[in-house]
Amino acid sequence: MPRRPILLGIAAVLVIVAAASSYARWSRPAWTAEERQILEELWIGSLPELPPDPSNAVADDPRAVALGHRLFFDTRFSRNGQVACATCHQPARAFSDGRPRGQGVGTTDRRTQTLIGAAYSPWQFWDGRKDSQWAQALGPLESPVEHGGTRTQYARLIAEHYRAEYEAIFAPLPADAELQRLPEAAGPVADPAARAAWEAMRPEDRDLVTRIYVNMGKAIAAYLRQIRPGASRFDAYVEALRRGDEAGMAAALSADEVAGLRLFIGKAGCTECHSGPLFTNHEFHNVGVPAAAGLPADRGRALGAAQVLADEFNCTSPYSDARPEDCAELRFLKHDAPELEGAFKTPTLRNVAERAPYMHAGQFATLRDVLDHYNRVLAAAVGHSELQPLHLSETELAQLEAFLRALSAPPQVPADLLAPPAD
Amino acid sequence: MSTGMRSQESAGIATRLGSWQRRALIGLGLVVAVVAIGYALMWVRMHQPPPDDLDLSTTRLTAAGHYRATILPGSDPIPINRLHTWTLHVETPDGRPVESAQITVDGDMPQHGHGLPTRPQVTRYLGNGDYLVEGMKFQMGGWWVVDFTITADGRRDTVRFNLVLE
Ligand code: HEC
Ligand code: HEC
Ligand SMILES: [Cu+2]
Repeated sequence: MPRRPILLGIAAVLVIVAAASSYARWSRPAWTAEERQILEELWIGSLPELPPDPSNAVADDPRAVALGHRLFFDTRFSRNGQVACATCHQPARAFSDGRPRGQGVGTTDRRTQTLIGAAYSPWQFWDGRKDSQWAQALGPLESPVEHGGTRTQYARLIAEHYRAEYEAIFAPLPADAELQRLPEAAGPVADPAARAAWEAMRPEDRDLVTRIYVNMGKAIAAYLRQIRPGASRFDAYVEALRRGDEAGMAAALSADEVAGLRLFIGKAGCTECHSGPLFTNHEFHNVGVPAAAGLPADRGRALGAAQVLADEFNCTSPYSDARPEDCAELRFLKHDAPELEGAFKTPTLRNVAERAPYMHAGQFATLRDVLDHYNRVLAAAVGHSELQPLHLSETELAQLEAFLRALSAPPQVPADLLAPPAD
Repeated sequence: MSTGMRSQESAGIATRLGSWQRRALIGLGLVVAVVAIGYALMWVRMHQPPPDDLDLSTTRLTAAGHYRATILPGSDPIPINRLHTWTLHVETPDGRPVESAQITVDGDMPQHGHGLPTRPQVTRYLGNGDYLVEGMKFQMGGWWVVDFTITADGRRDTVRFNLVLE
C-alpha cells in the first residue's frame, strides 16, 4: 500500500523546506566575502580624509573656520536682518530644518539639504549647479527667497563687523569711507533696483566688492568642511564584525535591523546609488519622485549641469584659486544627456531619520512613505525613472526602515562650532 | 472533543486517502511554482546578472576589422565614484601603431538605462599608438559597456568593451 508513505514523504519534504528557509532567514549568521566588502565600504572607517579644495586657498585655515562659523550664524547678512544659514541649516536637526521647503525671507522651491559630510561632494545642491562649497554659499546670500541681500550690503557689513578677522586671512579692505560711497544695496540679483545700481557701478568697484563677497564664501566653506558625520550603530556593527565580536554585533544592531541591512545591500539594490561611507555616490539619478504640490515638475540636473558650466564662481573662474587642471570634474562634466532630466543628487542616508520630510521638495513625509515609493514606483514626473518596483513584503519594509534608523549619530564637529559663537 | 468524533475523522481520512493525496500533490506543486516564480522575479530585479557570454577581453578588433584596440584602465580594480584616466592603444590588425587618430568615448549600463556620469575625452597622443583617455568615472558597480569610435586616415570604426565592476 504505497499511499501512506507518499503522504508522509510529502509532509517530510514540506517540513524540511520550511525549516531550511526559516533557518536561512533567522540564523544566517555570517556574511559572504562579497557582502563583507560592501559593509566595509559603507563603514565610516572607509571615509577618507577630506580631499583638499584647490579652488579655496583658505579651506583648511583655522582663522577662516572661525570667521565662517560667525558668518554662518549671523542674521545681519540678510535683507530683513533675520535670516542666517543656520535658520535653515539647524545644527540640532542634522543641519536641516524639518520643512518640505526652506523658509528664509521667502520660500525656496526645494528642501533644505543636510550639511553633514557635504564637503565630500564634488557637486552642491540637489541639481549640482555649484562645484564648490564657497561658490555654493554665495547662492543663498543673494537668493531673493533665502537671505535676500546684496553684495555691496555684505561688503559693508564685513568691513564694519569683521574687518580685523577678514584682513588677517585675506587682504586689506578698502577704508570705510571708500565703501560708503558704494550703493547700499547693489548686486546682480533679481531685484531690479539693486541690479540697476550694480550695473551703474564701475567695473573695478564691482570686482572689489565681488572679491570680498567671494572671500566670505571661502570662509563659510572652511567652516562647512568641519561638519563631518559621526559613527552610528551601523558603524559599531561593522567594527564588531571586523573584530569577529558576535556579542558586539548583537549589541549594535537588532535582528530586524540586520535583516534590513541585508535587504539594503542585497535584494533591494539600494547600494547602487546609496554607496560608500556617506551612503551616496554623489551622482544624479531620476527615481521618479512626483512633483511637489503647487510646483511644476523640476528638471533637476538637466538645468543644474548647464548652470555650473556657466557659473560666475565655478572652478575655472577668475575667483577660484584652482589651476585649470584641478577642475577635472567640470572639464568632463556631462551636460546634455537625456538621463539628466528629472535627476537629483543622491542624498546621504546618514542621519536620515532626523530630517523628515524627504526628497528634493519634501514630497514624502516619512521614511515609510519613501520606502512605499521604492516598492511601487510610479512613472516619473519628468524624464524616466531608473527604478523597478521592489515588491517587498510588509515585514521587509519595516526591516529596511529599522535599518535606516540605525544610521543616526551626532555629527563629528568640535562642540563650539555647533552653537552660535560666544559673543 | 469526543473519542467518537476522532475515530469518525480517521475513518474518513482512511477512506478518502486517494483524493487527499491528489490534493496534497496539487498543493505542493502550486507552492513550488509560486516560490520559483517569486524567486525568479526577485532575481531579475536584484542581481540582473550580466549575460553569461560577455566577452570581457581588453583587446578587441574593431567592428569592421580596421583596428585592434586595447584598454589599459589605469588602476586595478577600476575605481567606483572616482575620476581616473585610461590609456587606449590602437594598432592595425597586423600590429602597426595607429598615429593621429580622432577618438571619441562613450559608455553606458545596458541594464540600467543610463550612461557614464562624465563625458570622457581623449586628450593627448602619447606616442606608439597610445592615447590618453581622461575623465573616466563609473558611478556604480555592474555591467558597463565602453565604446570608442576611432577615425584615422579617413577610416572610421567602432569597438565595444565590456566591464563588470564590483
Ligand atoms: C531659506 C533657507 C536656507 C538658507 C537661509 C540657506 N540654505 Fe543652504 N540650502 C537650502 C536649500 C533649500 C537647499 C537646496 C537648494 C537647491 O538644491 O536648489 C540648500 C542647500 C545647501 C547646500 C548644498 C548641500 C549639498 O549636499 O549639496 C549647502 C552646502 C548649503 N545649503 C549651505 C548653506 C550656507 C552656507 C548658507 C548661508 C550662506 C545657506 N545654505 C543658507 C536652504 C537654505
Ligand atoms: C537609482 C539610484 C537610487 C537607488 C537604487 C535608491 N536611491 Fe534612494 N535616493 C536616490 C535619489 C536620487 C534620491 C533623491 C531623489 C529626489 O529627491 O528626487 C533618493 C532619496 C532617498 C531617500 C530620502 C532621503 C532624503 O534626505 O530626502 C531615502 C530615505 C532613500 N533614498 C532610501 C533608499 C533606499 C532604502 C533604497 C533601496 C530600497 C534606495 N534609496 C535606492 C537614489 C537612489
Ligand atoms: Cu546603473
